[in-house]
Amino acid sequence: MFAQLAPWSSPTVDYHALAPEIVLASFLVIAIIADLLFEERQKWATSTIAGIGLLATLVPIVTLSVDSGPARSMFDGAYVVDDFSLVLKALFCIAGYVVVLMSANYVEEGGYYQGEYYTLLLSSVLGMLMMASSRELVSMFVALELLSIPAYMLAAWRKRDLKSNEAGMKYFLLGVFASAVMLYGMSLLYGVSGSTRFADIADYVHTAGNQPIITLAVVFIVVGFAFKVSAVPFHTWAPDTYEGAPTPIAAFLSVASKAAGFVALLALLFGAFPGAKDVTEPLFWVLAAVTMTLGNLVALRQTNIVRMLAYSSVAQGGFILMPLAVIGDSASAREDALTAVITYLLIYAAMNLGAFAVVMAVSRKTRSAEISSFGGLFLYAPGLCTLMTIFLFSLAGIPPLGGWVAKFAVFRALLSAGGNWAVALAVIGVVNSVIALFYYANVAKEMWFNPIPDGDATPIRVPPPLVAALGITAFVTLLTGILPNLVLRFGDLSSLVSSAAGR
Amino acid sequence: MHHITDYPATLSLVTFLPMAGVVIMLFIPRGEERLHKIVALITAVATLGVGVFMAATFDYDRTAALQFYVNKEWIPVIHSRYIMGIDGVSLPMILLSAVIVVLVMVYSLDHIPDPGNPKAFLILMLVLETGMNGTFAAQDLILFFVFFELVLLPMYFMIGVWGGEQRQYASIKFFLYTAFGSALMLLAFLAVFFQTNGNSVPDGFSMQYLVESAGTLPHSTQLWIFAGMAIGFAIKVPMFPFHTWLPDAHTQAPTAGSVILAAVLLKLGVYGFIRIAIPMLPYAAMKFAPWLGGLAVIGIIYGAFCCLAQTDMKRLIAFSSVAHMGFVMLGVATLTSFGVNAAVFGMVAHGLITGMLFFIAGSVKDRYHTLEIRRMSGVLKQAPRMGWLLGLCAMASLGLPGLAGFWGEFPAILSSYQPADGLSEATFRVFMVVAAIGTVFAAAYLLWLYQRTAFGEPTEEFAGHHISDMHLAEYVAWTPMILGILVLGIYPNILFHVTDGAVNNLLVAFGGN
Repeated sequence: MFAQLAPWSSPTVDYHALAPEIVLASFLVIAIIADLLFEERQKWATSTIAGIGLLATLVPIVTLSVDSGPARSMFDGAYVVDDFSLVLKALFCIAGYVVVLMSANYVEEGGYYQGEYYTLLLSSVLGMLMMASSRELVSMFVALELLSIPAYMLAAWRKRDLKSNEAGMKYFLLGVFASAVMLYGMSLLYGVSGSTRFADIADYVHTAGNQPIITLAVVFIVVGFAFKVSAVPFHTWAPDTYEGAPTPIAAFLSVASKAAGFVALLALLFGAFPGAKDVTEPLFWVLAAVTMTLGNLVALRQTNIVRMLAYSSVAQGGFILMPLAVIGDSASAREDALTAVITYLLIYAAMNLGAFAVVMAVSRKTRSAEISSFGGLFLYAPGLCTLMTIFLFSLAGIPPLGGWVAKFAVFRALLSAGGNWAVALAVIGVVNSVIALFYYANVAKEMWFNPIPDGDATPIRVPPPLVAALGITAFVTLLTGILPNLVLRFGDLSSLVSSAAGR
Repeated sequence: MHHITDYPATLSLVTFLPMAGVVIMLFIPRGEERLHKIVALITAVATLGVGVFMAATFDYDRTAALQFYVNKEWIPVIHSRYIMGIDGVSLPMILLSAVIVVLVMVYSLDHIPDPGNPKAFLILMLVLETGMNGTFAAQDLILFFVFFELVLLPMYFMIGVWGGEQRQYASIKFFLYTAFGSALMLLAFLAVFFQTNGNSVPDGFSMQYLVESAGTLPHSTQLWIFAGMAIGFAIKVPMFPFHTWLPDAHTQAPTAGSVILAAVLLKLGVYGFIRIAIPMLPYAAMKFAPWLGGLAVIGIIYGAFCCLAQTDMKRLIAFSSVAHMGFVMLGVATLTSFGVNAAVFGMVAHGLITGMLFFIAGSVKDRYHTLEIRRMSGVLKQAPRMGWLLGLCAMASLGLPGLAGFWGEFPAILSSYQPADGLSEATFRVFMVVAAIGTVFAAAYLLWLYQRTAFGEPTEEFAGHHISDMHLAEYVAWTPMILGILVLGIYPNILFHVTDGAVNNLLVAFGGN
């Protein structure tokens, strides 16, 4: 019976292409072993191991991107290492590294399990690296679960705190629900097209045209990822989870996990659904408009800075969704949309991580996350106050800080596509950016204009890892604002666009 | 138009030299207040020195050409380049900005408003200077946008931290208004870029390219794009009905902030109209001109009535800015070389005169601790020199011939007698009459202000107080401004001579008359 089967040959594995994942997985194992061997007072070293692991992963990413050959495709095109995936892998590693820096003192001083924390963090980053390369439904799902499940646990890491338990539980239940919906969509798609590879699905969608079942499948899959990027109305977990989770993890979720969701959406939209633009364009138009408007309006009412940043990150997600509403219009619009999303993700990562890092630094002294606790920060910590101002106004998109480049790229993509709907969305975006300015400026007002609430003007001691995190994020935020070309050219990725061409 | 590329580093220097001062000051501890003041002053003087060098080497026979031109790679991905250059319209504006910042620095030597901290205050002022000079020098829309926005944050903090009682409200209002305007403006910039196929040339965002190619766009497209730009610029000017941020911002800002706001920041909007919106979209400019003119004269009358109703000296001066910018915008709306020249002159004159009035208001507040008009009287008796200066500036502001204000207002009114071909003469002549009536109101509110504050005996409240007259810093800071007001008033041609060629060049699409 076995003889009748076609002889099985192992697929050729391009070890260079897989090197980033292999390196990261090795360090993950080293972190577990180190945790077993080290004594309690040495366990801080696991954070160093995790940090080194993430930096070491950058080495093969750099060698791969220097290599000018064609995109490396493995396993029948299911796993592709191209410029697109490399840029995002680099983003995930650097964002992960900054989160490790932010975590170092937090986890140690809080008395939480350290080895497990960093192991899970690395697993989640590993899932993101895989997500960036997946061009097939099953590997994409595996990547999604690999990045999500550790994040569910990390959100509940402050296990002695009820809020953290709530955070993890809420995130877990809603996440699993979204995964289930998405799996159902994937199964429908596999059922009609007979393949899980994006290229085959794209061909099928293109020839089959508008069938209700395809529409249903596309909507279900998009909903699954809309949960990941916390688009309204699938955002309800975000504020509670961010508030309850350890602050570095909230930063991680709002930046890296969100970026992973967008990467998946991009890969799907460009790889699998270019033929379904009649479905995806209106869907993303509405998602983008509702997400930024609701996110911004609710953010106006927040008194807790982490919740405000949560809603602000919901609204920022809406901004990132905007270009996705016009990708079907023309080849140049598609290119500009991709540039816009990637640029936004890169800059957003820097400024949002920075804002969370300042929140952590300040709450080390004030032991509070209320916005009012930032009162008079300028008087006793002018450096942190200036940094926070830079991050907030960058999030608001005020030149010459990095955020303006991100917003500019988004508006550029919309107007490049042209048409009434695109311009209407752009105008909604403009109105929203002014609303957002109000609550960002409100925090700035608190820090600069108001007195210290408890009158305690002792300076804040910021631990060195946190200083490093602040330095990296501030440097990127400022530099990209003045020399936007540094980041805009990363979005100039023709391979993914051309894969969508002709459909 | 041929560019002159001599001394290409000059404009970058005049723009970024203040930032060099900022970097130095960042490394000086906050306690070294004197050192901060000296470093900031030296930086501002050095920047003015570059400005003077610029004025000296400027080729006055070719004011229409872009001089000190640089064109370097900046963001190739989006077809935006680092293009800087100035013509006869930009030169006076940059000089005005450089002079005003130096004078404000001198004034700040002994007038740092509460809650102190000269380090932060002066750093913000230098950042502001970079933004202002850069806006006047930029020849690429994206570059222009970045500089245009760069002035927002320093001004926001200047009002919010060092301002008066209502500073938080005023600062956020200023910020939201202008940010909304400039976001719309950015959309308009992008729209004009894509509609003219800016994607197909490496310098798609350069003003030169867009002026050459946007005129042929379909008419409805032009109208939409112009509307977007016009809202952004009109908020900055500010034109009625977008002016409501101005009285609050002006009144609440510290003296130095008010002076810079009045003298330079309000000019950015008008400059945007003259430099970008009108030359780029001549058809739309024609269509919008009657509306701009109409709003301008409404602003003149409305501003004057508001002035008559004010009880606070600083707020009165703030509303007078609304009226004055109305005259400036009326000149612009005629789309004639005569009118736009008058507008540019009016901007410089308003910068000097209103800047001076805010200086005096600041010093009055320092001495009397109030600006309420009815609590003051007899300033001429208690501080005669300051009182006379107030009188001189009030006269200049109401447009007395022989002082600078006259040459901004009078030609603007005159130009609306004969607007550009294609505009309704009847409409503009109505505007002319209304504007002329506005000058009467201007005389009324300024003379009334002067009469109530300067004449008569000091009120009982301050009768026994010793009110010191002008200090050294005030002499040094104010003399150049007074000289400017006199010189421009007596010999206006030194400015018209510079602007005329450039204005004609900008209005080439309207046939010029």
